[in-house]
Amino acid sequence: MRDRKTLIRLGLLVLAVGVAAALWMFQGLGAGRRDFVLALRWEKLIALVLIGASVAVATVLFQTVSRNRILTPSIMGFDALYLLIQTLAVAMLGVTGFAMLPGGPKFLIETALMTALALALFGTLLGRGAGSAEDIARTILTGVVLGILFRAGASLIGRLLDPNAYATVQAVSFANFGRPNAALVGWGAALALPAMGLALWMGPRLDVLGLGRERAVSLGLRYRVVMTGALALTAVLVAVSTALVGPVAFLGLIVAGLTHGLFPAARHRLRLVTAALIACLLLVLGQWLFERFLGRQAVLSVVIEFAGGILFLALLLKGRIR
Amino acid sequence: MSGTGGIDVRGVTHRIHGTTILQPIDLSLPSGKVTALIGPNGAGKSTLIRLIARIDPLQTGEVTVNGLDVRQTPSARLALEMAFMGQHSGLVSRLRVRELVAFGRWPHCHGRPGPKDRAAVEKALADFDLLPLADRFMDELSGGQAQRAHLAMTVVQETPWLLLDEPLNNLDLAHARALMAHLARLRDEGRSVLIVLHDLNFASGWADHVVAMKDGRILAEGVPAEVLTEPRLSELYDTPITVGSYQGRPLILHHL
Ligand SMILES: Nc1ncnc2c1ncn2[C@@H]1O[C@H](COP(=O)(O)OP(=O)(O)OP(=O)(O)O)[C@@H](O)[C@H]1O
Ligand SMILES: [Mg+2]
Repeated sequence: MRDRKTLIRLGLLVLAVGVAAALWMFQGLGAGRRDFVLALRWEKLIALVLIGASVAVATVLFQTVSRNRILTPSIMGFDALYLLIQTLAVAMLGVTGFAMLPGGPKFLIETALMTALALALFGTLLGRGAGSAEDIARTILTGVVLGILFRAGASLIGRLLDPNAYATVQAVSFANFGRPNAALVGWGAALALPAMGLALWMGPRLDVLGLGRERAVSLGLRYRVVMTGALALTAVLVAVSTALVGPVAFLGLIVAGLTHGLFPAARHRLRLVTAALIACLLLVLGQWLFERFLGRQAVLSVVIEFAGGILFLALLLKGRIR
Repeated sequence: MSGTGGIDVRGVTHRIHGTTILQPIDLSLPSGKVTALIGPNGAGKSTLIRLIARIDPLQTGEVTVNGLDVRQTPSARLALEMAFMGQHSGLVSRLRVRELVAFGRWPHCHGRPGPKDRAAVEKALADFDLLPLADRFMDELSGGQAQRAHLAMTVVQETPWLLLDEPLNNLDLAHARALMAHLARLRDEGRSVLIVLHDLNFASGWADHVVAMKDGRILAEGVPAEVLTEPRLSELYDTPITVGSYQGRPLILHHL
């Protein structure tokens, strides 16, 4: 009975995403230059789907690793870290022509750096017991401080750089779903799709992880390996979404919250898929609405930030952190 | 060298932030028995049982469980040898009772339960009086009901060794006795139990072997009648304790 309800909800969600995608692709298609418009729309659709799924999966993974449901990679400063790394890479390797490298290889190097740093930093932090519900206030504070620190670092180094390089960094410092970085979509997909596959494969292990360290270890789970793996996947997925549109502070929180509302006690596989679908629905439908009807290509991220911020406060005030 | 049966603890010490929690401990726990680990708060009981269960990493010394070196044997292999239930078992995920218990089968089925796993889960639910609660969420249970669910999850792992840290917490007297009787049945089937107890009369009534700890040391061990004596217990707990006798077993009177 419960399974049927789950299936129906999931089916409706898939349907909704399909409708949103169809609207995005075919609504208001004029007579002239159809191929051109369709190709343009398709490119953007793929980017939105990739961004949404990456943010969603990264958030679900991170919430399991950090044992709560109020923190997201963005709140903990992951995407600020990526921006810092971008700036640092330009600053340090600028003379050797790093900035001249094609976007793809540059992106790969930055993602690798990001993953290594995230593991070192957050691995230590979470290994010390941060992120548990008892320690939530301290962890949030740490995240906020880290975020400010990374951003300040990025902007400091940016200012020291030559204005041209600084301009390119600045351009990606806030999200615009209307103009995703099309050149990186292929590279992003090449990283994000395997990462999401791995996350799905890890699903049952993540379920065991969700029982807490003591339980997971006594059931024979390789706790450190699974933790590190999930954290690494989070870092890669954040790198992808940030490289494609820039930081998306509260999108993950909204998506994870809605997923929890839809399936309060779901296993990870279902949760990952649901979160990804909800994120795609929000982005595609939202962007469609803002771009085609309100003529505001860049506003969706602001609305998401605002709604997400309110949700964050509500969760915090209600103490619903697990 | 360690034998093939039982748990062997050799030269295990433990320090946290420079404070010694466990003095060098040497201990052999026989298999096929119920062993009670007793001692005052802070004696190091939980520390010791967690080291044996490889929850916390060993700092010095060596622990073997049925001949398997805890430090070197893969965790998944050890999970088929021993099941552990900690003193504080908080949950992160929201789970129904049946789902929680089913996780106890992970070492056997790694997330793909077969008919045998499902049957074991149903039996554990029945054994711990959880069938009426099986579809409730864990966070909707009373303290003792939740404790029974965690116990069922531990027992359903069907391991030769069961390591239980204060499993009687929150249990009413009927369920407490039922648990001890259940452990005794498992012992009769050839399984072994290490159980941390504060109620000494349960140790007297059900344990085959008693280990008494104080200040990170083993103070005494032996059959209940040897360890549960007035002088020993008074020393152990730093307070006068009267020991009577009931049906040939020590009866510890400490309530007045
Ligand atoms: N994380 C820690 N940091 C510092 N000291 C600790 C820590 N954990 C335990 N201790 C100390 O180690 C000693 C042994 O603790 P342990 O939990 O093993 O005692 P116990 O015998 O299980 O007690 P209880 O009957 O209260 O459960 C205590 O003095 C305790 O204060
Ligand atoms: Mg204890």
